[in-house]
Amino acid sequence: MTALFNAPLVKTWAFAAAALVMAALPARAEIEIQEVTTPGGISAWLVEEPSIPFVALELRFKGGGSLDAPDKRGATNLMVGLLEEGTGEMDARAFARELESLAASFDYDTFDDTISVSAKFLTDTTDAAMALLRGSLVAPAFNQVAIDRVKAQVLSGLASDLSDPDKIAGRTFDRLAFGDHPYATSLDGTRDSVMALSREDIVAAHAAAFARDRVYVSAVGDISAEELSALLDELLGDLPETGAPLPGTAPFLLEGGLTVEPFDTPQSVVLFGHRGLERDHPDFLAAYVINEVFGGSGLTSRLMSEVREKRGLTYGVYSYLVPKDHAALVMGSVASANNRVAETIAVIREEWAKLGQDGLTAEELAAAKTYLTGAYPLRFDGNGPIANILIGMQMDGLGPEYVTERNALVEALTLDEVNRVAAELYDPEALHFVVVGQPEGLETQ
Amino acid sequence: MSAPPFDRLTPSLRAFAAGIALLWAGAALAQTSIEDQVTTATLDNGLEVVVIEDHRAPVVVHMLWYRAGSADETPGVSGVAHFLEHLLFQGTKNMAPGELSRVVAENGGTDNAFTSYDQTGYYQRVAADRLGLMMQMEADRMVNLQLGPEEIRTEREVIIEERNMRTENDPAALMREQARAAQYLNHRYGVPIIGWRHEMVGLDLEAALEYYQTNYAPNNALLIVAGDVTPDEVLALAKEHYGPIAANPDLAPRDRPQEPPQTAPRRLVFEDPRVAQPYVIRTYLAPERDPGAQEKAAALMLLSEVLGGGQTSVLNEKLQFDQKLVVYAGAGYGGVSLDDTTFSLVVVPVEGVSLEAAETALDAAVAEFLEEGVDTEQLDRIKRQFEASRIYARDNVERVANQYGRALTSGLTVEDVHAWPEIVAAVTEEDILAAAREVFDDKASVTSWLMRPQEVTQ
Repeated sequence: MTALFNAPLVKTWAFAAAALVMAALPARAEIEIQEVTTPGGISAWLVEEPSIPFVALELRFKGGGSLDAPDKRGATNLMVGLLEEGTGEMDARAFARELESLAASFDYDTFDDTISVSAKFLTDTTDAAMALLRGSLVAPAFNQVAIDRVKAQVLSGLASDLSDPDKIAGRTFDRLAFGDHPYATSLDGTRDSVMALSREDIVAAHAAAFARDRVYVSAVGDISAEELSALLDELLGDLPETGAPLPGTAPFLLEGGLTVEPFDTPQSVVLFGHRGLERDHPDFLAAYVINEVFGGSGLTSRLMSEVREKRGLTYGVYSYLVPKDHAALVMGSVASANNRVAETIAVIREEWAKLGQDGLTAEELAAAKTYLTGAYPLRFDGNGPIANILIGMQMDGLGPEYVTERNALVEALTLDEVNRVAAELYDPEALHFVVVGQPEGLETQ
Repeated sequence: MSAPPFDRLTPSLRAFAAGIALLWAGAALAQTSIEDQVTTATLDNGLEVVVIEDHRAPVVVHMLWYRAGSADETPGVSGVAHFLEHLLFQGTKNMAPGELSRVVAENGGTDNAFTSYDQTGYYQRVAADRLGLMMQMEADRMVNLQLGPEEIRTEREVIIEERNMRTENDPAALMREQARAAQYLNHRYGVPIIGWRHEMVGLDLEAALEYYQTNYAPNNALLIVAGDVTPDEVLALAKEHYGPIAANPDLAPRDRPQEPPQTAPRRLVFEDPRVAQPYVIRTYLAPERDPGAQEKAAALMLLSEVLGGGQTSVLNEKLQFDQKLVVYAGAGYGGVSLDDTTFSLVVVPVEGVSLEAAETALDAAVAEFLEEGVDTEQLDRIKRQFEASRIYARDNVERVANQYGRALTSGLTVEDVHAWPEIVAAVTEEDILAAAREVFDDKASVTSWLMRPQEVTQ
């Protein structure tokens, strides 16, 4: 409970976490998903919703920051940051002015496994908005002046991250876990790697990332299938057929134990985790339900109850499944004052062990099913949210029918099945904690 | 509240941008052609009801707002408004600790609450046919709070950890706390919502109950229901569940201590070894949106967009693109506030540029702007975006509900909210310049430098 009202940062976290846990999605909403395949061979999912005169368009390109060459870390992220910095004759300012005139919004973002492009535009500006978006994706200018300026912004962000305990924890965990895989380092790169990036590196990253063999599309709003089809061929038709090969499976090198990263701050920030289940694993849905009970988003999870409600050790403690494309984890996070974090970790270890040993109770499973199936239709409550759900389903390899089948799949899970998965998945011996702060009474193993 | 991201990077720079963007959205979303979907009523006990219809999905958002926030606390118990908000989840005569959230979850819903300077709000998001149950529980905790010593002790530890997370672990947050304290000489806006730590550790049941009994009553509350409902249904349910609660006859007007004339510019340097990206932020005391008189606030809102709203804004054109002195420049204005608010300017210098040089360049850029005036095309673009934002807003009824809630607990009326788009549309270039000349008063300003200790070498 309680987000202080005037704290945008908190909301940022909420969004980011939602993206991480994107897993099982709703089932009973009354929406009609059309599968569109364009003459040019691009497929998309569409929900027509003419009641508000705008369109939410979501594009995803598989690959993301992990496509960076080993000595070019940060190239993809910098390249994506430059997409809105001009195309053709337009420089960054002209591009921004045009976007403002259209009252459209384009958001470009880089993740480990994907690049996301989210566009919102008014129906009566569709042609102009799509021409502008096309320019940014297919023919970005990559002017040296813009490269230097955006590079400085990335470097500023990297500098800030060096003293952000959450960032330090994430990077330490990744460094210890993923060996020589791109996952081991930040997709933003390091100060040195970013400084060294040239315009050629940016151009190469663009060619590697944007291709028709890896694009996913969803659209929701005031647009017909015919219009969408024509629009997509125009928008994406000039992209190359294929991009760079995706990286291979990441190793997972973290063994059970504890790593303390000393940092002078009053509250220790803790990340913990071990191997998890891939999104396409047959037990994934069971694991999702278990996680909901154990450390899911609500105020009523086991971890919240034990660590916060009973002991007042933290403001928030959560667990989540992290099914990346090349590694799968089950993880959690908590923050606790330096002199209380040892107790916090002890409680979490104990709960982790108990979950592996005893699983869920019948009551907990029933309550989780009621919550998850009841919450399902509530997610489909706007063009933007629906477009996001649809693109997530496509990337997870699910068909449109999943929307109607999902609740039944949740209902069908038995206690035996769920507890077999809990026993296989939750291993306190394998659990590794990364602590950033000045924790008292913790022995590094 | 959710978990922090583990490997996603959001440069602090973007957090600034988000703050500004949010503000803009806040200003814009409250008024859209959604006005046609809004119905209001007042119960006999004084509870104000606002219904916002959106029948696209079978969802409803039920929000109960109190016209009481941290700025309504009495001196010495800072943080008690927020502490009480936590305690409202810890049981009543009819519900066990945590029961409300458990019941909401069992019904497929989510719930949360928030505290701000001027308001406290509780909300649930559920299937539309569960609205009555939500009202039953929310009405119960308006008057039937029942707490034991154990809940008090544990929850006090939770809010101290919350302060650790939000403030103690973040040098920028610690700096903002000092800056607000310097900005407000007399008003409670100078005291953090979460509370000063030394007072938080002493918060007890007595303090919480005193705030509760003073402020929690139907005649000090606002009910907002948004989603797949009709006004008639909502009103009938509201009468059933909230109607029986008696008004508080002793409810006092919100006459809070106001600011005296501010007659000296204030400056502060906040040093912390954890600071990685130094920056300069200046805030000016500024008028807020007042009922029936929102013109100046509309000009200030547009001023913040002209100066700092994105790539084409004046400060970014001058400082980021032309002079290449900053990685980011921004402006912010929070017009929805019961009492005097602030207008802010921020510059984040590029490597090698000192805070002093960045501040000097900022001052020069603002002075130039006051000479050059407002670019007509830029203002047209901003107004067009503002109009469009009213269309986009209809896609997110929960945010619209939030905007009404904030406005109506900050002294504004539904009429004010509905008048806002036309008032904004009518603002001229001259209005914006006049508002700028008035608000940029050094004597009412606080200039803050955030930096590492070793950088004290100018």
